[in-house]
Amino acid sequence: MSEIPVDLRFAESHEWARLDEDGGVKVGISDHAQEALGDVVFVELPEIGKVFAAGEAAGVVESVKAASDIYSPVSGEVIAINEELGASPELLNSDPYGAWIFKLKPTDTSELDALLDAASYKSAIGE
Amino acid sequence: MGQRTPLYDLHLALGAKMVDFGGWDMPLHYGSQVEEHHQVRRDCGVFDVSHMTVIDVSGPQAKAWLQYLLANDVERLHGVGRALYSAMLNERGGVVDDMIVYRTEAGYRLVVNAATRDQDMAWMQAQLGDYQVQLHERYELAMLAIQGPQARNRIAELVSQARGALIHQLKPFEGQADGDWFIARTGYTGEDGLEIVLPADQAPAFFNDLVGAGISPIGLGARDTLRLEAGMNLYGQDIHQDVSPLAANMAWSIAWEPAARQFIGRAALEAERAGGVQQKLVGLVLEERGVLRAHQVVRIANVGEGEITSGSFSPTLSKSIALARVPMATADRAEVEIRGKWYPVRVVKPTFVRHGKALI
Repeated sequence: MSEIPVDLRFAESHEWARLDEDGGVKVGISDHAQEALGDVVFVELPEIGKVFAAGEAAGVVESVKAASDIYSPVSGEVIAINEELGASPELLNSDPYGAWIFKLKPTDTSELDALLDAASYKSAIGE
Repeated sequence: MGQRTPLYDLHLALGAKMVDFGGWDMPLHYGSQVEEHHQVRRDCGVFDVSHMTVIDVSGPQAKAWLQYLLANDVERLHGVGRALYSAMLNERGGVVDDMIVYRTEAGYRLVVNAATRDQDMAWMQAQLGDYQVQLHERYELAMLAIQGPQARNRIAELVSQARGALIHQLKPFEGQADGDWFIARTGYTGEDGLEIVLPADQAPAFFNDLVGAGISPIGLGARDTLRLEAGMNLYGQDIHQDVSPLAANMAWSIAWEPAARQFIGRAALEAERAGGVQQKLVGLVLEERGVLRAHQVVRIANVGEGEITSGSFSPTLSKSIALARVPMATADRAEVEIRGKWYPVRVVKPTFVRHGKALI
């Protein structure tokens, strides 16, 4: 059983989204995703200033096993990236809900409501 | 559901993530593939390799038949206990499989790959002709590999005195029977270590003893990164039916002398050599961040193109490495396409790590 925090929203492609107090949305990958990927060895971060539509590929996580696209769960502009992942990509394994990948200025925060809540994500991954 | 080794239940109990490998349900890792990799390089670990196929060859013409069947020459096995690595070729000089051959009291023991078992058995049966040879596939045996700088010391403490003494005596690439066990100083990691073939019904207790003594179980994930760092070919990826050993860094394992020995594939290899070998298997090192993967395209300026056959992240070197088949004229630089972008790579001898030390 993986960990699924109740304050987050989830995409079916296993990204999580967290609405910060400053109105920004941080994006990472779920505990279930990191476990399926195995040891993460490289993260290709998006560029600051890039604009993504919801569901658009925004980055890549490479594990020892395979490369996986990371999709932006909501639309918005990249306003920050987690540089720490450059030197320590394994943080995605050890702290999947602390290790955010990028932060968006969302175009429309109501898009978050279209994502799965913790209970729906839990049933989506069969737990 | 795939085939299961005698250790299947123990893998589950140890929390293994199981995957299909050549029709077998095998452990990929027991938590962290990278940690398991380091464990083998620094200390030791135990692998379940019971999926591999053990075939005993006996009969008055066993030697003559193997001299015909294999590209390496079993005549080189001076005495019971000696072992060698060999390719088994088809008439076109392509690799049907690669294997280790041990000379035993009764004849020879071959250890071939799991995924190729059916094709190997069919091929060998078809080559028997009038040779007075018996092939005996040993389904009832399990096999453990214990690899790492401390492997022999640790195992010697956990077995009988006689077996411990044998483990200390064995030289690299030797294997000897002790009762119903067969203990060999061989492996697939680039480290010292053992491969032990034993009756399947004894395997769970022995594996349990090793894990209980603090020897980490290691999955197929780390087995792959360890062999890649060691520059060892994986059948089905780096070598297959349509690849010549001359284009797979295996020329050293072909016994050309005596010239009169007619082994299967010899004529094709001689023609290839006479015409000039067109390709070679090299190592690639990515200096930038990213991961090289099988089937990515390699571009060599003014020479041509090649392809990665195996690629991954090297835990020992903390960068990505690969094996790639490239045109013979390739020098020390190339580029690899990753997701539409070209990255410079260094071309090196395909042995990246041996005995814990980086060689590149």
